[in-house]
Amino acid sequence: MNPVNYLYLAALLFTIGAVGVLIRRNAIVVFMCVELMLNACNLAFVTFSRMHGNLDGQIVAFFTMVVAAAEVVVGLAIIVSVFRSRHSASVDDAGLMKL
Amino acid sequence: MDNLIALLIAAPLLGAAVLLCGGRRLDKIGHWLGTLLAASSFVIGLVLFADMLGRSADDRAMYQHLFSWIPVGGFQADIAFQLDQLSMTFVLLITGVGTLIHVYSIGYMEHDERRRRFFGYLNLFVAAMLLLVLADNYLLLYFGWEGVGLASYLLIGFWQHKPSAATAAKKAFLVNRVGDIGLSIAIMLMFTTFGTFAFGPVLESAGETSEGKLTAIGLMLLLAACGKSAQVPLQSWLGDAMEGPTPVSALIHAATMVTAGVYLIVRSADIFNAAPDAQLVVTVVGAVTLLFGAIVGCAKDDIKKALAGSTMSQIGYMILAAGLGPIGYAFAIMHLVTHGFFKAGLFLGAGSVMHGMNDEVDMRKYGGLRKYMPVTFVTFGLGYLAIIGFPGLSGFFSKDKIIEAAFAKGGTEGWILGAVTLLGAAITAYYMTRVMLMTFFGEKRWQPDAEGREPHPHESPKSMTIPMVLLAFGSVFAGGVFGIGDRFVTWLEPVTAFEHGHPPISAGAITSATVAVMVIGVGIAYLQYGRRPVPVVAPRGSLLTRAARRDLLQDDFNHAVFVTGGTHLTRSLVYVDHSLVDGVVNGTAAGVGGLSGRLRKLQNGYVRSYAVSMFGGTAVLIAATLLMRAV
Repeated sequence: MNPVNYLYLAALLFTIGAVGVLIRRNAIVVFMCVELMLNACNLAFVTFSRMHGNLDGQIVAFFTMVVAAAEVVVGLAIIVSVFRSRHSASVDDAGLMKL
Repeated sequence: MDNLIALLIAAPLLGAAVLLCGGRRLDKIGHWLGTLLAASSFVIGLVLFADMLGRSADDRAMYQHLFSWIPVGGFQADIAFQLDQLSMTFVLLITGVGTLIHVYSIGYMEHDERRRRFFGYLNLFVAAMLLLVLADNYLLLYFGWEGVGLASYLLIGFWQHKPSAATAAKKAFLVNRVGDIGLSIAIMLMFTTFGTFAFGPVLESAGETSEGKLTAIGLMLLLAACGKSAQVPLQSWLGDAMEGPTPVSALIHAATMVTAGVYLIVRSADIFNAAPDAQLVVTVVGAVTLLFGAIVGCAKDDIKKALAGSTMSQIGYMILAAGLGPIGYAFAIMHLVTHGFFKAGLFLGAGSVMHGMNDEVDMRKYGGLRKYMPVTFVTFGLGYLAIIGFPGLSGFFSKDKIIEAAFAKGGTEGWILGAVTLLGAAITAYYMTRVMLMTFFGEKRWQPDAEGREPHPHESPKSMTIPMVLLAFGSVFAGGVFGIGDRFVTWLEPVTAFEHGHPPISAGAITSATVAVMVIGVGIAYLQYGRRPVPVVAPRGSLLTRAARRDLLQDDFNHAVFVTGGTHLTRSLVYVDHSLVDGVVNGTAAGVGGLSGRLRKLQNGYVRSYAVSMFGGTAVLIAATLLMRAV
């Protein structure tokens, strides 16, 4: 199977994630869309690794996973504490820092 | 012997420092100390003079290098002195006349409780003036130049409780500043042109420099001379400077400081010799001032202001002679010295008259004083004969030489200058005779003053009359001693090159013409003021008289042109500042403010809109990268 198809899939997933980040208001969904974008990147890294025949891309994918795991921990904690104080998970409601 | 030069300045400087810092405990001896130090400076001057006479004419200049003043790379300013024949002449004049006037002031200022301070200022003046004439470079000369300006300011405004004196002091200072700017520009020009401002190198290399630059330097020096020597167009301060005590008028505003401009021009002879255009302007300034001062002197009823007009006019003669080049320099200095004697004598005489007349200065309220003040009358009379050029007295020798030199200028210029100097001589005879007749002849016209005190004219004390007598001796004999056998010219020749001028008409004819116009001037004055009684209240007079009483409208002119013009200029500048400069600054501020007001709308607090800008930015960057790679 042509590895380029995986790249198309990665681009599609990334776009879906990006659009989700831009248009959804629920913080959890936005967060999941960010994860989707990260994993789209991982897929692209692994595909390139395969195409070029070296392992660099796969290693970067592992790094990304670790970073994503850490981000999930911090991000979910923030979302939970925001929800506790404001009783809402909408990102638009957390606009305290605007001028 | 060279090391004595610094002592000349040090003595009066010490006097000034001690008297001005010493406080009241010196009130009793302050005047004696000041006089003693001025006199010691004169004695040192005499010693140096005797030493100088003992050497051959070319070997007479002495130098003393005290210390390096401002050594900065190529800019070398030294405190160094040069005492040549020209400086020597001035040293003797300044310290000699200065000492006499110190002695005179002891009597004149006797009842003034600030007499110690007065002597401190006088000593300061003598020190600064000596520094001016002894400096061996233009920067140090400038230092002395400012010093005499300061002393002049302090002394004109000595009676500072009188608003008129305070104003006159400010006026003198400000007008002098205009001239001082000329001197500072001249020094800067010299530094850029010659790389130095010491007399030696500048004057030696003057001949090899472009004429344009020399003309510029010359004109700037002339501006400086105009300010200090009260020449047109910077003449307006001298009349008001008469607000100062009379000894000050005699020393600073007649005999010494006001002649500093003549010294400057004669000292810079090599520059002027190589710049004929500048020389022409010098003669024109001299000729105009000569007539200007003389006309003003004819109309003034204030005895000191009449003498001030005369001073202006006589310095006009000197400046004119200095503008004639090598045929005139020596005569300019010779007239300067003789003028120093007789004008100081005349001022001291005027001071003596005022002393006896409750400080009245209006000549219309004098009259018939010769019986009450015989010594003053005789000394003033001798000074009078000297200034009008009575044959045999000193003014005759020096002024006649200047008139000859003016004719010897040659061509139409020579005739015009000669005619102007002759006319000036006639007017001089007229206004001086007028002063003489109004003060000492006719019937007495004095009246009780505002407080009802009847004046009791009386002869002044010895401390005042003795200096007047000595100055009268100088007025009578100085001209003969200098003039007969060209002694003075020979003495100065090594410093200021001398050429014999050849007037188009014989010297004898010029001398007879000079005597003739003098007699005419005296005659007219006698018909007007000797034969008829002098009215106590001044008649309205002709248009010219009224203009001359107002100093030929010089203050009105300055007011109209410089004050009103300056006010308009500053107002328009303020307008430009408000509308244009502030407009640009405020406009920028308003523009930035408006722009940031719009930009801050982007900070709307919606995370998603920030994400859009992030994505958009990334997209643009990627697009740009790809585009660059494709190209």
